[in-house]
Amino acid sequence: MSDNSPNAQQPSSAVQTTGHAWDGDLQEYNNPLPRWWLWSFYATAVFSVLYWFIYPSWPVGNTWIKGFGTVNYTMTDKASGKEEAREHRWNTRALLLEDLGAATNDPQRKDMLAKVQAASYDQIVKDPKMMEFVRSVGKGLFGDNCAACHGRGGQGVVGMYPNLTDDDWLWGGGMDKIHETLVQGRKGFMPAFGAVLKPDQLDDVAEYVLTLSGETQPSEAAERGRAIFQGPVGGCYYCHGADAKGVPSQGAANLTDKIWTIANVPAQKSVQDKKAVIEDFVARGVNNTRIMPAWKDRLSPTDIKLLAVYVHQLGGAR
Amino acid sequence: MRHEHIEVNSGLMVLLILLVISIGGLVEIVPLFYINETVEKVDGVRPYTPLEMRGRDIYVREGCYLCHSQQIRPFRDEWLRYGHYSLAAESQYDHPFQWGSKRTGPDLARVGGKYSNQWHVQHLKAPRSVVPQSIMPNYPWLLETDLDYSDLADRMKALRATGVPYSLTQQEYDANVRRFGKAIADQMDISQAQESLLKQAREKDFDGIPGRITEMEALIAYLQVLGTMVDFTKYDEGYFTSFR
Repeated sequence: MSDNSPNAQQPSSAVQTTGHAWDGDLQEYNNPLPRWWLWSFYATAVFSVLYWFIYPSWPVGNTWIKGFGTVNYTMTDKASGKEEAREHRWNTRALLLEDLGAATNDPQRKDMLAKVQAASYDQIVKDPKMMEFVRSVGKGLFGDNCAACHGRGGQGVVGMYPNLTDDDWLWGGGMDKIHETLVQGRKGFMPAFGAVLKPDQLDDVAEYVLTLSGETQPSEAAERGRAIFQGPVGGCYYCHGADAKGVPSQGAANLTDKIWTIANVPAQKSVQDKKAVIEDFVARGVNNTRIMPAWKDRLSPTDIKLLAVYVHQLGGAR
Repeated sequence: MRHEHIEVNSGLMVLLILLVISIGGLVEIVPLFYINETVEKVDGVRPYTPLEMRGRDIYVREGCYLCHSQQIRPFRDEWLRYGHYSLAAESQYDHPFQWGSKRTGPDLARVGGKYSNQWHVQHLKAPRSVVPQSIMPNYPWLLETDLDYSDLADRMKALRATGVPYSLTQQEYDANVRRFGKAIADQMDISQAQESLLKQAREKDFDGIPGRITEMEALIAYLQVLGTMVDFTKYDEGYFTSFR
């Protein structure tokens, strides 16, 4: 760089400069663009014009150029109920239908779904391959739809959402009953007894309820509680049954086991506290706070069937 | 005009830059005012009731849109997880729309009816008490704060100015009755706004506290209606493809 004259920097007379000199001697080459680059650029411009006509593009008036690209898909026609092949102009919605219906997209999954839909519960449970499928697909469905309340593993939240892994079922634990629960949802109800029973009567009922699952020993108070439970004053047996084992058609809980779905008895240390949570619960009852949403409009019949089997095999099978 | 003229004349350069940029904007925006064919003709979509509208305001105030989108795209994975893709018609009364593209939490376009009211109360108060893996913040004040519904009429008038058919005059009310039925038209009537808000809150009791109307009440009313207005079982799936 010893020679600073502009001419010394010119490697070739063929290359022009922009004609402007900065600081007396700084100049800028005006090289032509490489030919390959320029032609690629022109090609993209031509391609973009083609693109306008293949895909939906420019707005024109109150409509738009819809493109002559097409998508072929097969789907069940709503009116006739028949599977039919359709052709539609290209757009992402038609592409989705093609994607959903394409035979090449996980054909095994589709096969298995059809098989599950056609099979009876007995057949599904006895077929290890179908069960494997139910467990893997069911896990995803359960995670997307059920886990928010019942927890990822179906363990539930004590006091709020039933545990699905034990064998205590408010509405019945057979696959057909679980299916029914999923399809139509459930609405738990128990009348509030706060205004019906006096505090000491509530106390007696709680005492009796605790003896049912062996939490406390029979006593005089429990005997008085039994009279209320089994008699016209409380009438608890209407729903919970004379044996207090619950009536699934009412969604009434079994009170003779040690599983508690709402009143959190196991978490209380002293008998007094256990009684207190039961009394509180009996006094307030359940209204509008124990709701299982209906899934029939949200999930397909096959998905619901699959979930019924999945929930059934979580461990609480009946 | 030589390039040099533009480079040395900043006023001219600013003008030309504005011109070039506005072409891009105009091409994208102007047609939206004229193309009505892209809005699907479906039954059931209605403006929000006063309670739902206040819930929406709280949704916006708390910045729920920063983590939750409300637009299910027409892809197979979204179809399987969230359900039917969102229609343009479903957000026609949303001002501003809550589509979004940032999903730190799940999409909420079809969350309505998916969970019980009680779940929503618990989840908004303390998300991790029901979903241990959740990173959503707690919103305990929603249950503690009474809903302010003193300015319902002003809010509805503002939305009316943007084209939401809340009614002010008898004529508008009658038009709503014809279009949506009386029950819905009543809830869209600005003069009855306060009553219909109180009525809906009393009947549904979204927050589980009878006799009180909290911000939670409004927010859950809004969440429970999201994505539930259109009955997709009524339509052939191919119908929706013709709007694009």
